[in-house]
Amino acid sequence: MTGTTADSLFKGSTARNTRGLLRITILCLVAAAAIASRLFSVIRFESIIHEFDPWFNFRATKYLVTHGFYDFWDWFDDRTWHPLGRVTGGTLYPGLMVTSGAIYHALRALTIPVDIRNICVLLAPGFSGLTAFATYLFTNEMSTSPSAGLLAAIFMGIAPGYISRSVAGSYDNEAIAIFLLVFTFFLWIKALKNGSAFWGALCALSYGYMVSAWGGYVFITNLIPLHVFVLILMGRFGPRLYVSYCTWYALGTLASMQIPFVGFLPIRSSEHMSALGIFGLLQLVGAVEFVRSAVPSKQFKSLAIGFGLTVFAIAFAGLVLLTVTGVIAPWTGRFYSLWDTGYAKIHIPIIASVSEHQPTAWPAFFFDLNLLIWLFPAGVYLCFLKLNDEQVFVVVYAILASYFSGVMVRLMLTLTPIVCVAAALAASQILDTYLTIKSPEEPGNIAPTDASSSKKATKQEVKQEGIRAMREPFVGIYTHFSKYSVVGALSVYLLVFVLHCTWVTSNAYSSPSVVLASRMPDGSQHIIDDYREAYQWLRQNTPEDAKIMSWWDYGYQIGGMADRPTLVDNNTWNNTHIATVGKAMSSKEEVSYPIMRQHEVDYVLVVFGGLLGYSGDDINKFLWMVRIAEGIWPDEVKERNFFTDRGEYRVDDGATQTMKDSLMYKMSYYNYNSLFPPGQAQDRVRGVRMPEVGPVLNTVEEAFTSENWIIRIYKVKDLDNVGRDHASAASFERGNKKKKTTKRRGPKVLRTE
Amino acid sequence: MAPKRNAREPTTPSSTATPSSTSAAASVPVSSKAKSNTQSPQEIALHAWQQYLDTTPQRTKLTDIFMLFLVVVGVLQFVYCLISGNYPFNAFLSGFSATVGQFVLTASLRIQTNEENKAEFGSVSPERAFADYVFGSLILHFFCVNFIN
Repeated sequence: MTGTTADSLFKGSTARNTRGLLRITILCLVAAAAIASRLFSVIRFESIIHEFDPWFNFRATKYLVTHGFYDFWDWFDDRTWHPLGRVTGGTLYPGLMVTSGAIYHALRALTIPVDIRNICVLLAPGFSGLTAFATYLFTNEMSTSPSAGLLAAIFMGIAPGYISRSVAGSYDNEAIAIFLLVFTFFLWIKALKNGSAFWGALCALSYGYMVSAWGGYVFITNLIPLHVFVLILMGRFGPRLYVSYCTWYALGTLASMQIPFVGFLPIRSSEHMSALGIFGLLQLVGAVEFVRSAVPSKQFKSLAIGFGLTVFAIAFAGLVLLTVTGVIAPWTGRFYSLWDTGYAKIHIPIIASVSEHQPTAWPAFFFDLNLLIWLFPAGVYLCFLKLNDEQVFVVVYAILASYFSGVMVRLMLTLTPIVCVAAALAASQILDTYLTIKSPEEPGNIAPTDASSSKKATKQEVKQEGIRAMREPFVGIYTHFSKYSVVGALSVYLLVFVLHCTWVTSNAYSSPSVVLASRMPDGSQHIIDDYREAYQWLRQNTPEDAKIMSWWDYGYQIGGMADRPTLVDNNTWNNTHIATVGKAMSSKEEVSYPIMRQHEVDYVLVVFGGLLGYSGDDINKFLWMVRIAEGIWPDEVKERNFFTDRGEYRVDDGATQTMKDSLMYKMSYYNYNSLFPPGQAQDRVRGVRMPEVGPVLNTVEEAFTSENWIIRIYKVKDLDNVGRDHASAASFERGNKKKKTTKRRGPKVLRTE
Repeated sequence: MAPKRNAREPTTPSSTATPSSTSAAASVPVSSKAKSNTQSPQEIALHAWQQYLDTTPQRTKLTDIFMLFLVVVGVLQFVYCLISGNYPFNAFLSGFSATVGQFVLTASLRIQTNEENKAEFGSVSPERAFADYVFGSLILHFFCVNFIN
């Protein structure tokens, strides 16, 4: 009876419906898994925004929701980069904020009023479900196998390489950008396959959305032209290629220019020139192809190709000339450092100082992609075997993204989709081969019957036997044992993959950096919440427009949580201004005080992890401050002076005088001795014993220190009432009598006023 | 669309020639061919032109004329930009890219409705191609009008 029901289910016209239902169920489950695996941090801690950058996005979203779209578009933010301000509307990618703003208003229109914070926190998990679906569509274009798309969807849904940037609370541009990336590629493949202007236009629209969401759109602008270029070189130029690419380029470029931050860049910068060049090349190749088919003469062919090549060469030379003369902007440092990997470290320390911009280590690939990284090359190889236009895309994407992810850790994110797709192609190939109950027919049965006893045929048979390599090999799996064992092994691997993904997500990627969690000896959780404690203090106990100076890492968080103006923040658009802060932090008090006065600084915030062993503190970042400041004022700040004679970076007794005099050192270790019995002050991060006598501060006074001493806030003193300099005023207050002041007077100076 | 055109035309099945799309593209092969052949350039040009007139359907000729017009408008804009400078650069860009984009879209329409390419575009009927063309042009003009300020 079960057999008959199964027959009626899986054969005939109902089979399609059954499969469709299964497909929908599986996709819904995949989306649910993708969302659920990202909620660790919300369930364990609370629903807040993590990290640094998302705080600005969150603040901008709040501005959008309260003030409306037009105000947001023209928003001049005077609470960052204090003396300068930031033209926010023209310096951000508005896609993320507009998306969550639209969701917010849509939900309100449905009478489901949800707080904007919850929308921002849960945006990334929601979009990761869509990413899984887009990967399903994309992979279905690549393969006829029914399982490849579904496998790719679940891989994409739970691969830690993507989860790392899209957990709940990670309200960053990548949250929606990866969905748009994959979806744009899907539309591109669709357009290319059908040669349809409609799909091309949709691809352009999706590309425009992507441009509005993430700076990584440059990847698309270079990948699609590269794909087309490879296709042309392979001799696969055809009308479909022309239609899809030209529609995409013409509409997509216009769409990307609508974003104020992008503006004229698609015309003027080198990163976009490949797309323009391929556009021109396609016109050329198209014209030549037309003419070639019109006049089928051999000499003409070579002439036309020669003509095409010369025009191409001339255009290329013109492009180079324009770049050299500066009409077209050269590569920006961020992109250039992808090619010349040593460039950033030497010339732009601010790029090299970000930990995400380091090269990737091997274990990171395995950690983020587990089983997929093994299947990835196999999938690419399978694409080589069946090399249609869309498979070329996979190959090109795989090669390019592998290189980039090897250069920079954060570009692992762009590699993950193609790894999932290629791995799904490989895995589905294995499953399709081994997961079939029907054995293939024995070749022995066919061969003798066909070969009638005529001599010629047997001779041919013998000849065919002779060159075995030339014969079509007859491959098949006959025994059930081999089927079961291979499929069983693969299933085990897939299950282990799920375990690995869950473990990695739970342990590595689901911790909000705002609160630090630690374990007590009895296993209970202890939350260290110094950041919010300090920011809340700033919010409640300082005037509304008190300017806070801190290192740029904390700029967004101060703006978002403490709601106070800052001098520098994570949008590092003005290097000199950051160097100013670096100079103020790394100089003597006498030098930094005028700098702080000039910038109207009221409070200085430093992060100090010495008591708790929190290694990401400002003393460990201090050398970057020095380097960035040295880049602008090489005479006043010297990195060499912060090292001992033997080249050590020390904070204890052996520290150099420059180090001990620097404002950062003093602010970090001020009063630190008082916590310990005399002579036993210990810095737990550096693992050294601090000197007996702590530093003395004259120009700033301690205003707040958080519970675990992670955040220390100092108030900048006003000028002395009697006009003394701060050092003497402070020393007077401490009761140090000036020696021999009565007897000896300094050299008299003429008062000129 | 397609069968009607077939009925109207006296095309010979042997002529697989696709006529060159624009006059600019047509003039190129003629000059280059003159070197290799013994015929005079004028003769070849005349012959190619005659063949184009004979074998091209009416509607395709219409699109060709439109494309020629777009090229002229684009060149005029570019020359004007060269003469008088590109101060409202966005205005120049939107005008110029409107012509370029429309040219490209029209070329795509022409390719898609071409009889010879029917095998390439299995899923795109000429009517569908025209609807796509309208869709693409609407988007293009929205962006251009938005960008011109």
